[in-house]
Amino acid sequence: MNDTLNGPRILSTLKASGIEVVVSVPDVVTSEGLLRPISTDPDLRHVRVCKEDEGVSICAALSYCGTRALLMMQQTGMYDSMNAIRAIAAGYGLPVCMLIGLQGAVADEDPRRSEKHIVRCALPALDAVEVEHRLLRRAGDVPAIVPAIDGAYRRSRPVALFVGAMLPGP
Amino acid sequence: MIRRDDCIRLLAVHHTDEIVVPLYQAAFEWYAIKPWPLTYYAFGAMGQGSSHGLGFAIGVPERQVWVLDGDGSLLMNLGALVTIAEAAPENLVHFVFENGTYEANGAHPIPGAGVVNLAGIAKAAGIPNVHEFSEMEALAEALPGLVAAPGPTFVDLKVVPGGRYEYRWDVVHGPESRAIFRRAMQAVLAAR
Repeated sequence: MNDTLNGPRILSTLKASGIEVVVSVPDVVTSEGLLRPISTDPDLRHVRVCKEDEGVSICAALSYCGTRALLMMQQTGMYDSMNAIRAIAAGYGLPVCMLIGLQGAVADEDPRRSEKHIVRCALPALDAVEVEHRLLRRAGDVPAIVPAIDGAYRRSRPVALFVGAMLPGP
Repeated sequence: MIRRDDCIRLLAVHHTDEIVVPLYQAAFEWYAIKPWPLTYYAFGAMGQGSSHGLGFAIGVPERQVWVLDGDGSLLMNLGALVTIAEAAPENLVHFVFENGTYEANGAHPIPGAGVVNLAGIAKAAGIPNVHEFSEMEALAEALPGLVAAPGPTFVDLKVVPGGRYEYRWDVVHGPESRAIFRRAMQAVLAAR
C-alpha cells in the first residue's frame, strides 16, 4: 500500500473535520497538492491574505462565529507571526488551526534533528509558546487531523499540523 | 480637527447592533462611552484589529462590523487593506483615528506623520468606499449614509485627543470581556 502523503486525502479529511474557510499564504510544500485544489473547491471559502498574522486573527474571529477555519502557511510565515500566535491563539486560548508546510524537511527524518536551522527550530518554536502540534509525514498520519481539529475546538486551544513531506501535484 | 471622544460619541449615537472592534485608545474610550456586549477588545497584537474585523464580517455576514483602528496600528498591518478589498465584505466599515502618534505607547510620532495619505493607500489597495474627515460637522452629516452603504468602507478621521480615559488593559486582554463577547455572539448565532 502506498503510504506517501498526498493532498486529496488531506483535503477530504479537512472537510470531514468541518473546515469551511481556508485562509492562506502560499507555501511550496503544499502549493500544488493541497492549496491549488482548495482554491477552486466550491465547498470551501478561500481567503488569500498578504501576511500570515492576518490569518491568525481571521481564524480567531471565525471561531466565535461557529465557523471552523484553517490557516495554511509555510514555517517561515509561522516564525514571522509568532506574536500573533502567542497572544491571540495561545494566550487567549482560541481554536486557531494551522497547517504549516515544513519547507526543507525530509519525510524520513525527524525535523528536530534536521541539519537545517529553518526546519529544526519549527516544532520547538511552537513548544515555546505552548501550541500543540502534529507532524504529517505519511498517509498513515492523516487520520490524526480529525481528532486534532475536533480537540482544538472542544478545548478552545490552537493546534498546528506540520506537513513534513512535499505534496505531489495532481 | 475632530476630538476623538466626540467622534466616538457620534458613532455611539448611530450605533445600533453592529459588532465593534476598537483598538487601544479607541477601545478605552468606546468602553467608557458605549458599553456594548458585541464589542471585541481582544485584538491581541498591534495591527490585528482590522483582520479580526474581517473574520467577523465573513463569519456573520448578516451583521455589520465596525473596526475602530488607529493610524499606528493600520501601518503595522497595511496588507490587511488589500486582503479586505479582495474579500470584499459588504458589512465591514473600517474607521481609522489618525492622530499621528502611537498615543498609548508614549505618543511618539508614527512614521510619516502628517505626510502619509491613509485614504490614498486604502483607495490604491482597492477599497471601494473611502472617506476622509477632519471636521465634525461634515462627519456628522455623512455618517448615516456612509454606514448604510454596502462596504467594504474605509473612513480616515483626522483627530486630536479628547478627554482622559483610564487605560483598561484588563478589559482588552482579560478573559471576562471575551466571555461577554462570546455569549453575545452565541445569541446572534442562535437567532439565525
